[in-house]
Parts: sequence; C-alpha cells; structure tokens
Amino acid sequence: MENKKSTYHSFKGFVKGFTLTWHHMFRRSKTVRTNIQSDKYFEERNDNTSTLRYPHVKLPLPDISRNQLQVDIDDCIVCDLCAKICPVDCIEIDVIKAVGDIGKTSDGTTKRLHAAKFDIDMAKCMFCGLCTIVCPTECIIMTDEYDVSLDNVAAMNYHFSTMTKEEAEENRIKLAAFEEEKRIAKATALKAAEEKKGGENV
Amino acid sequence: MTFYIISISLLAFVAIYALMGVWAERKISALIQDRVGPVETGKFGLLQTFADIIKLLQKEDIVPTTADKVLFTLAPVLVFTSVFMGFAVLPFSPAYISSNINIGLFYFMAIISIEVVGILMAGWASNNKYAFLGSIRSIAQIIAYEIPAGIAVLSAVMIYQSLNLQEIAFQQGIYAKSDIYFFGFWKVNTVGGFLSWGVFQAPHLFVAAIIYFIASLAEANRTPFDIPEAESELVAGFHVEYSGFKFGALFLAEYAMMFLTSMVLVILFFGAWYSPLPNIAKVQLAEWTNGTYWGIFWILLKTLLIVVLQIWIRWTLPRFRADQLMNFCWKVLIPVSFACLFISAFWKLIVL
Repeated sequence: MENKKSTYHSFKGFVKGFTLTWHHMFRRSKTVRTNIQSDKYFEERNDNTSTLRYPHVKLPLPDISRNQLQVDIDDCIVCDLCAKICPVDCIEIDVIKAVGDIGKTSDGTTKRLHAAKFDIDMAKCMFCGLCTIVCPTECIIMTDEYDVSLDNVAAMNYHFSTMTKEEAEENRIKLAAFEEEKRIAKATALKAAEEKKGGENV
Repeated sequence: MTFYIISISLLAFVAIYALMGVWAERKISALIQDRVGPVETGKFGLLQTFADIIKLLQKEDIVPTTADKVLFTLAPVLVFTSVFMGFAVLPFSPAYISSNINIGLFYFMAIISIEVVGILMAGWASNNKYAFLGSIRSIAQIIAYEIPAGIAVLSAVMIYQSLNLQEIAFQQGIYAKSDIYFFGFWKVNTVGGFLSWGVFQAPHLFVAAIIYFIASLAEANRTPFDIPEAESELVAGFHVEYSGFKFGALFLAEYAMMFLTSMVLVILFFGAWYSPLPNIAKVQLAEWTNGTYWGIFWILLKTLLIVVLQIWIRWTLPRFRADQLMNFCWKVLIPVSFACLFISAFWKLIVL
C-alpha cells in the first residue's frame, strides 16, 4: 500500500516537473530589475529571465559608488592636497611655479602653478575616494566607469597633465630666469638699503 | 575507397552533430532555467561550440605524472572507437546502411559494451580517486542496465524475428514483405505511417521501448543516471584528469552515444526511416513521403526529437542515488522487461 502510494506520488512529481520545465522552455521573458523593497520583488524574479546581458545592459550605479578616477586638468590648481591625502601614494604631481597668474578655474579660483606631471596609478589606487573629498576645486572626480581591463600594468598609470616636456622645460627656464631676476633685484635693493643705512650711520 | 568515404562522412556527421548537440543542451538548459544561454557568437550563439572546440584543441595535453601513460592515452581512443563502430550497422534509409549484416543488433549491443572497458581504463589510469570512483560507478551502472536494455530489445526481436537492423526497419511500414498488424487485429501493410510502427504492432512493445529508453539514458551516463560523472560529488567523474584533445574525444563519444542509442530506439520501436504519415484512401501520404532521401530526413528527425527529450529530462530530473539506481534496475526494470519478453513469446504464438 505504502509502495503504491509512493509510486503514484513520484509519477505525479515527474509529470509536474516536466510540465514546469516545458512551460519555462517556451516562455519569452525579459530581464526585469525590481527594487528589493518592492512587494512584487520575488514574483517578478520568478517570472523573468535572471540574466543581465552585461555589456549591452548595465545596472544603474548608486551615486556614492567609487570607480575610476578622472582629473579635469583645466580646473586643477595643483594644490597637491590629493597627493598628500592618498593613503597608497598613487598620485604623483610635479609642480612648476608660474611666473604670473595663468588663468582661472571654472569656479573662479586663480591658478598660479603649472602641473608638469599629474599621474594617477589606478593599479595602486584603493578607491577610497579621499582625493575627491579634499579637492578644493572638485577637479578630481570618480566616473561611473568600472569595467577596465588592460593587458599592460603600465597602461594603468593614467597621465592627466596636458603639458608637453618642451613646455615644461620652457616654463622651468622662465621660472629660473624670473627667480634670478628677482634675486638680483632683491640683492640690489638690499645693497641700496644697506648703503642708505650706512650713510646715515656714518 | 567507398569505405573511407562512408566512414569519413559519418565521422564528420558525428562531430557536427556533437557540436550542435552541445549547443542545444546549453540553450535548452538556459531556457529552462530562465537564462539566455549562448547569444553572442553567431546567430543565437550557434558558433559558440565551434569556438569552444577550437579552444579545446589548442589546450595543453596534460598527462599526470602518476598516471599510467599508455592506458591513459588509449582510453579515449577505445571509448570513442567503440561508440563510433556502433554506427556501422545503423540503416539511415532503405538504400543506405554501412554494413548490412544479419547479426547487426547483436553486434551493436556487443560493441557498445566495450565502452565500459574504456571508461574503466580512463578511471584506473588517471590514478585519481574521483576518476576511479566515477569509473567504478559507471561500470556497476552500465553492466546492470545492459540487462533490461538487452531483454527489451530481445522482446522486439522476437516480434520481428530478425537481428538485422535493416530488416527490422523494413518490417515497420509499407515496404514490409511479411504481414503486419496494428495491435494484432488490423492489417496495415498498405496503410503504413505511424500505425505500422513497432510500438503499435504489439502493445507491450511500448513498455519495452520505455525500458530501453531508460536503460539507454543510463548507458549514455545521462541524468538522472549520471552518477559516474556527478559534478557535485566527483568533480567530473572518470574524465577528471583529461584535457585538450583527449577530453574532446571523450565528450564526442558521450554525445555520439546519445545519438546512437536514440537511433536504435527509433529503429526498433518507432518505425526507423518510415514516415509517420499514413495512406488515407486516395491521399497516399505514406507513398509520397517514403524513399531514400525522405528516409534520411525522417530518421534524423525522429532521432533528434529523442535526443531533445533526453536533454529535457536531464534539466528536469535530479540525480538518482546509487542504491536507488540499482533498486530501480533490478527490482523494476528487469522484471518488467522479462514480462515483456514472455508477452512477446505468447504474442508471436497466439495472436499472429
């Protein structure tokens, strides 16, 4: 009796299983993403395809997500704060003082320094986002790009400075000349002052 | 020369079928599980398996240090050869059969059994406990399930009175030379179609067909009888140490085995290369849809339907436990198949 019952039950189970898989095989369904807080979350997960066809369709990222870094070099005042706060030292900046003001950033801050080198090594980066917080002009930001794969580690060191080597050299020479001029002017001024002082004393 | 042409075209057919079979398996499993399956490579992902096989052939052919190198290399060859040799006696159409021998079915059953030796060789030579467990299970299972398969086949052979597969095929439709009856009471030599198929010549042959189908699932190591390859328990079973071309050969043999057993099922019970359409008065459908090329079409269609059924079963049913497997074989399938054999004997004596 027991045996007969179990045979019947397993046969019923077979039929039920085959009906279910058959039903799923010929169903055209699409990928739907419902918020987990929705009441229909589990129903919709059961009724739709689970696969997200990734490169064609992407899940929206939350606003606070931390991904690849991007620097808008025109807005950078080369304050070096990002490089200082970076816990893994992945930002390298080479500063050259400008002779005068070299323009304004989009938020109105005056730029007085050239960035001869502004490198961020994304291979070292730990995506803490501290650099984006300290930046006074908000020129260093995190984009929504996270799918990066490169076949060369060196290519992960991003160069953001637009300045060429020649330009940097030119700026250095200019700075050196300016400083020399300044030093001579200062020395002359000092000498003149001393002479004036000496004259008074004598 | 013809020998080479036929064997090479068969080999090409088996290879292409195996590739499409793997694709179908992946696609059907994906649809059943609400995924999308291969979609990127070619239309509907059809070229995915071609890409896979190219990748597989480029892989390093690893022979483990502690393996028995001769047996390890020989095993995939033996497994594939034994399955491939089974194709020799299968009729593809009224005019086309590679080797029309009068002990065809006996040869088929014998040559398929050699696969077991290959599996044991693979498991033993790998010197790996998972592989060895897999091959032990495989042997226990295949030897057990060959009995109901053989007896179910025998009950069909008693009805047809022949071991020649081409002759068995001829007896299931309008070209039959002897008298054939639908369930033993209606002469259907001129009607043909599905009414004259083996399963409708004697009602118990339907049971025999189901028994043979279940046993063939076990012999091809398919779910629900896939304990030799149980991924979740034995990693990959007897072929866990194989890679590259050798793994490809084992995989090819597995899919070729599926096709082979399905085709024998069709030949014995479901009208071989006969069309399912019967003659209805003036509408001579059976006459119009039978012939050499129609034969190839019908037998491939029926066989592939059975293969799809096997795939469907694989993605529906969970795996049997080893003791359930043996219980089912020895306590259910073998008694029922013996009953079929007796009914066949009485059927031949009394009804016809």
